[in-house]
Amino acid sequence: MRNIITLTGRELSSQFYSPIAYIVIAVFLVVSGIFFATTTFLAGGPSNCRPLFQLLPIVMVFVLPMLTMRLMSEEFRNGTIETLMTAPVRDIEVIVGKFLGSFIFFLLMLAATLVYPFLVSFYGPLDIGLTFTSYVGLILLGALYIAVGLFFSTCTRNQVIAVLCSFVLLAIVTLLADFLVRQIEGTPRVVMQQVSLLSHYHDFARGLIDTNHTVFFLSSTGLFLFLAVKVLEFRRWR
Amino acid sequence: MITVRNLTKRYGPVPAIADISFDIATEQTGNIIGFLGPNGAGKSTTIRILTCFQPATSGSAVVAGFDVFRESVKVRRQIGYLPENAPLYPEMRVREYLNFRGKLHRMSPVDRTKAIDRVTERCWLGEFVDRPIGQLSKGMRQRVGLADALLHDPKVVFLDEPTIGLDPNQIRETRKLIRELGEQHIIFLSSHILHEVEQICTHTIIIAGGRVLAQGSPGELQEQISAGSKLIAEIKGPTGEIESAIRKIDGVGSVQTDSLGEWQRLSIDANGRADIREAVFNLISKKGWSLREMRREVASLEDFFIKITAEQKQR
Repeated sequence: MRNIITLTGRELSSQFYSPIAYIVIAVFLVVSGIFFATTTFLAGGPSNCRPLFQLLPIVMVFVLPMLTMRLMSEEFRNGTIETLMTAPVRDIEVIVGKFLGSFIFFLLMLAATLVYPFLVSFYGPLDIGLTFTSYVGLILLGALYIAVGLFFSTCTRNQVIAVLCSFVLLAIVTLLADFLVRQIEGTPRVVMQQVSLLSHYHDFARGLIDTNHTVFFLSSTGLFLFLAVKVLEFRRWR
Repeated sequence: MITVRNLTKRYGPVPAIADISFDIATEQTGNIIGFLGPNGAGKSTTIRILTCFQPATSGSAVVAGFDVFRESVKVRRQIGYLPENAPLYPEMRVREYLNFRGKLHRMSPVDRTKAIDRVTERCWLGEFVDRPIGQLSKGMRQRVGLADALLHDPKVVFLDEPTIGLDPNQIRETRKLIRELGEQHIIFLSSHILHEVEQICTHTIIIAGGRVLAQGSPGELQEQISAGSKLIAEIKGPTGEIESAIRKIDGVGSVQTDSLGEWQRLSIDANGRADIREAVFNLISKKGWSLREMRREVASLEDFFIKITAEQKQR
């Protein structure tokens, strides 16, 4: 546990040293700001941020892999993996530490978007429940995105490959799957609904916290973290 | 302190190291162990296994009393490791990095501060502790890596090619430092430079092509290698009788005779490590022959090392 805190702390501070992190924050806030101004913050609109919360997951597909691509790839490329893994730490502590470091960074980034509901609340009574559940949904979704990105970063020493692979996988399960859900019918549709991350997320954006979806996000995050640990073990066994 | 038994590591079908065995015990071997071999001999692979970075394909290794495979975390608490080229996080400052490493070794804040002061002084990092690692020169980064390896006062310190890429001054300083460190820690260092190992190590293991070729103290090693040494003698006496008489001496292997006018030049191979010089001399004086030269042609460690390095290249 102490090792995890140490590793998380280092990871978080190294995020702040990296220029990519600032670009990621900037892109995230600019794009979400544009969406907020053009779709949400409208005269006569409802006093909530629903349109913004529908779009943020899509922004995150593009932005979070850039945050996670260097996590392990950089360790492999620089050789620091050798000093790291010959210190008395377990593989799982390394992966969880890296994950938490980026996750906390993501939470800080997300905290900056609190300004939007705050602005809305000036013009009408804000739907606090809906805002809360939407944030819960975004946090769960973000955790899964980061776990996927971390998994791909563990697979390769090349950051470009890591970012592209996580981007492709996330785009498939977020955008393509959501598109297919609306195109097909019958059993394939039911299957696609389970695959589509947006289908799981929609209930949160509608104001519902459903155990089903919560468990889905938490267990898929766990799965990708587990896979990352196994890949890290495997890479050393070769 | 280090016991290695039949260690083998394959990458695919190709063995990087095959059936390596050796024992390091301070009483017999001293504290500074040189692991000498040409590039690609399997030095880094062996060190990676001993530092628990990679598991071996087969065989076993015990470091500081613990099995590297089954008790790897315990081993890792007892060792310090400086990998080749000293990989570090360039964005961190020296003190910050050492502090991070100290935390991973579960040192208390007070111990960490003390230890950082100690190792930065030891490795001449004094004025650089608050500089970002990315700004440091290659030699300075090597020192940071060394400081990291010493931070938790480990029993065994593994140094993989610690002087590679340093300038001559830094090499001399590093060697001096290693010699000093040998008083408190067991130092296991790999190198492909013979005279470096000869200068600082109390025990040397020579490895090539993934196999241990020779090991021992510098003296023992010299003896092992010179075991097949030749005795050259130039003798004047009745032709034909000399060679057959010398062949009868105990411990003499093959004898070759060249005729130089009235002198005979004999090159005599001794069996094993037998020293036949006295016996040869006694024979000559008993027979009343003349002797104008007798010398032992000793294979030097350098010849031996050049030979194995050349063999390695041909493979």
